[in-house]
Amino acid sequence: MNAMNVVNIMEALGYSVVLAPALLLAAIGVPMLIGIRLSERRVSSLTNFGVAIGLLSGLGVLITMLLTGERSVPISVGHMFEIPQEHFHFSLKLLFDRLSIPFVLLTFVLCGVIGAFARAYLHRDTGYRRFFLLLSLFQLGMILSSVAGTIETLFLGWELVGLSSALLVAFFQDREGPVINGLKIWVVYRIADAAFLLAALLLHHLTGGGDFNAMTGQGPWPFGTTEIDSGHVLLVGLLLLIAAAGKSALVPFSGWLPRAMEGPTPSSAVFYGALSVHLGAFLLLRISPLLDASLTLRIAVVLLGLITAVFATLTAHVQTDVKSALAFASLTQVSLIVMEIGFGLRYFALCHIIGHACMRTLQLLRAPSILRDNHARENDLGSRLPEKPSWITSMTPEWMRTWLYTWALERGGLDTMLMNWFVRPFLAFFYWSDRMERRWTAFLSSDDADTAADDVTKAEV
Amino acid sequence: MLPELHLPWLELSIAIPLLGAALCAIRFSDTNKQRVAVCASAATFLCTVCEWYDFSGLNTFAAHDHWDIIRMLLHKDLFVIDELNAPLLPMTALMFLLTIVSTQRTKAARFSYRWTLLLMAVTLAILSCIDPWALIGLLSLAIVPVWMELRRRGRSTRVYLLHMSIYLMLLIGGWSLLDLNASKSEANLLPIAMLTAAALLRAGVVPLQAWIIDLFENAGLGTAFLFMAPMTGAYAVMRLVLPVAPVWAMQSIAVLSLITAVHAAGMALIQTDARRLLAYLFLSNSSLILAGVELVTPIGLTGGLCVWLSIGLSMCGLALTIRSVEARIGRIDLQQFSGLGRHMPLLSSFFLVTGLASIGFPGTIGFISTELLIEGAVSVYPIVGLMVVVVAALNGIAVVKAYLHIFAGSEHPSSVSMTCRLSERFAILAIVALIIGGGLMPQPIVKSRYHAATALLHVRDGTATDTPVGAHGR
Repeated sequence: MNAMNVVNIMEALGYSVVLAPALLLAAIGVPMLIGIRLSERRVSSLTNFGVAIGLLSGLGVLITMLLTGERSVPISVGHMFEIPQEHFHFSLKLLFDRLSIPFVLLTFVLCGVIGAFARAYLHRDTGYRRFFLLLSLFQLGMILSSVAGTIETLFLGWELVGLSSALLVAFFQDREGPVINGLKIWVVYRIADAAFLLAALLLHHLTGGGDFNAMTGQGPWPFGTTEIDSGHVLLVGLLLLIAAAGKSALVPFSGWLPRAMEGPTPSSAVFYGALSVHLGAFLLLRISPLLDASLTLRIAVVLLGLITAVFATLTAHVQTDVKSALAFASLTQVSLIVMEIGFGLRYFALCHIIGHACMRTLQLLRAPSILRDNHARENDLGSRLPEKPSWITSMTPEWMRTWLYTWALERGGLDTMLMNWFVRPFLAFFYWSDRMERRWTAFLSSDDADTAADDVTKAEV
Repeated sequence: MLPELHLPWLELSIAIPLLGAALCAIRFSDTNKQRVAVCASAATFLCTVCEWYDFSGLNTFAAHDHWDIIRMLLHKDLFVIDELNAPLLPMTALMFLLTIVSTQRTKAARFSYRWTLLLMAVTLAILSCIDPWALIGLLSLAIVPVWMELRRRGRSTRVYLLHMSIYLMLLIGGWSLLDLNASKSEANLLPIAMLTAAALLRAGVVPLQAWIIDLFENAGLGTAFLFMAPMTGAYAVMRLVLPVAPVWAMQSIAVLSLITAVHAAGMALIQTDARRLLAYLFLSNSSLILAGVELVTPIGLTGGLCVWLSIGLSMCGLALTIRSVEARIGRIDLQQFSGLGRHMPLLSSFFLVTGLASIGFPGTIGFISTELLIEGAVSVYPIVGLMVVVVAALNGIAVVKAYLHIFAGSEHPSSVSMTCRLSERFAILAIVALIIGGGLMPQPIVKSRYHAATALLHVRDGTATDTPVGAHGR
């Protein structure tokens, strides 16, 4: 095989990785939009087919890279739009390297598993097609985020993941609880998205484009070095840290993670146990050369991870339902991963993400049945299963245990703090403004309205 | 001498709805009136598409009709197609066509086809007009159909009339003074201030937005939307204010528009009525257009003009969806979860797609527009870029909140089918196709809007090589 053929094969496989989930989304979404009802079997088959094609293509890219010894394969899709006279363009570029390939494979494997699991789990559920549509939207978002070679492409995928996650939390639309929780998650995501967009724009200006190579240096991940000055690196890094905190439920945005468990179990597993919750950590890994350029930024990353880890491990211990306990256990691991990234342990963090994602998916999928198994075992034993007190219990005095228990039960009061300090004062101004406007309109129109209403009554008579 | 189109498309696109309005004035049945209105608006839409196609083939910045009757009579160009209005004309005609097509027969008695077609003719005339006085006259005429609708519904017209009267007085007074002081640039301060104030009032900037909300609440949703959505106020700014306004006037419009965009986005969050929510979303997004337009940089202006198209299409889709839902259950209360998703799965999908397009979600036409606008803003005034991001975030929350409140919740009890009718499906699908198509292939739109932006900037700088994009190159 000559070099030209290898490049062509790589490009074809790379396009296939992205096109497979995109076409899957179109295949499920377009019929729904025009009112055609696909059968459950058809939807499931399409999902399996899309995942298989994507996974095989991803494996193909990996094998080709291993055979040729390439560590980084950028594929330029072209400009989505451009204004040549102003030297402005919006490029789409795919990047296959040691960071994106594991994420691509992980996404296809876990989405395939979840698709197979949900086929039986959601059989005859009224939202069956909606679930698979959102799963395909999520898969496309994850793949785009993973292989993004520009910050704009990453933002595109980031937004798709956010929307599909929020809508899947609100999946059981007959009950108000999931819907309200879905909305709350969407609010946090929008804040994270705003921070991400600002960082992207800032980077666009600093580097003259959104290309990761221009931002993080020409070396393959994780060895790039940025040429942006440390002041700007800190600003961009902090904005991206807010974005990552929102997406990965780090403090102070941790409140949304247990709320997300209101969605169907398969989606909880793939979103909040495995993939979506790690997207913030992925972002930090992708911009890791920026972290190297600013010690302050690295300290901020480590501190955020540490605070979240302490918060999450304490809170996980007092949860009374299995999905919430798993959610906070996930958060503990994610915050450890964030700390590892802050300490510069990139490959270790990547391995941690993959291992954690697989284990947590298994735990969450097993959660409903393990409760039943435990009940059966307790019935067989004739008593409760033995519980070992945790080391925290034995090492702390009584008053502290009580305080910590209350604090953890209230989830550190994070949601209350955000509501009282930010949301309520913000909305209070608009409620006041709304009242003033209604009074003004009523003042201007009331008499006339009565007259007009009288005229209508007379005309009707 | 301007190049000529191959046929009098501009005059046809104004005359056909006028003819349709005249036919609707005859005592036909409601069904026949609807048929006449659909035929007239469809023919008008075809004319506007043809004029855009014809204009594109000429490779010029501006052109006028072949057999231009008005030019023959008045010896001046009144109706002209140029880079600015070329895509706006078919978009506006499409909005009217889809609104008329998607009107349910049960609502035909309350929806006046005659006045709607008249409003269509006047709106298209406004968007084709480059003569300042004719433009002011047409803007005045456009007020009448809405006023008639408010009266017919027995609603108060005072808020609407008060604001529109002040608007017209400022517009007429400002332009009269400008005409008088044409040779004395130092005396132009007052007229420019008056024109700027008129523009701000028509755009509904804070705290002068009450009339827009009042209009959406009291007029028919279709009429209120068709009056606001073509954004004739912004068009008047481009034709009347932009070519003559100094930097301070443009900056004041930009700053106030931006404050309005943020304020309206915040207000949209707390609304408990879908119409008020739609009004605030529209206000927030249309203010972004003005903010972008006043940036006076090629990229910022291109972004503003792209947002104009994307907001026009997405808000049209959103308004038609809300109108279709209202036609089935009446006014929509956002304080509770209505649970309509099971009854109206298609409408719920349409609502989400059009709503997301309005906030610039990736994959929709709004994405590239917002991206360009923010990019243009950041390079000139970083704070403007920050505000646009905040507005997009707040509007995104408001859209999804409304979606969940309307379509989620325990199932709405109903013994009759509430599914989407064929005409409604056609109307909203057409919009959705344009929204997604424009999002996936945005280059033609960006290119066309960039040409319009550079032409406008040339007019403003006094370096225009071709005749009008602004008001007669004043």
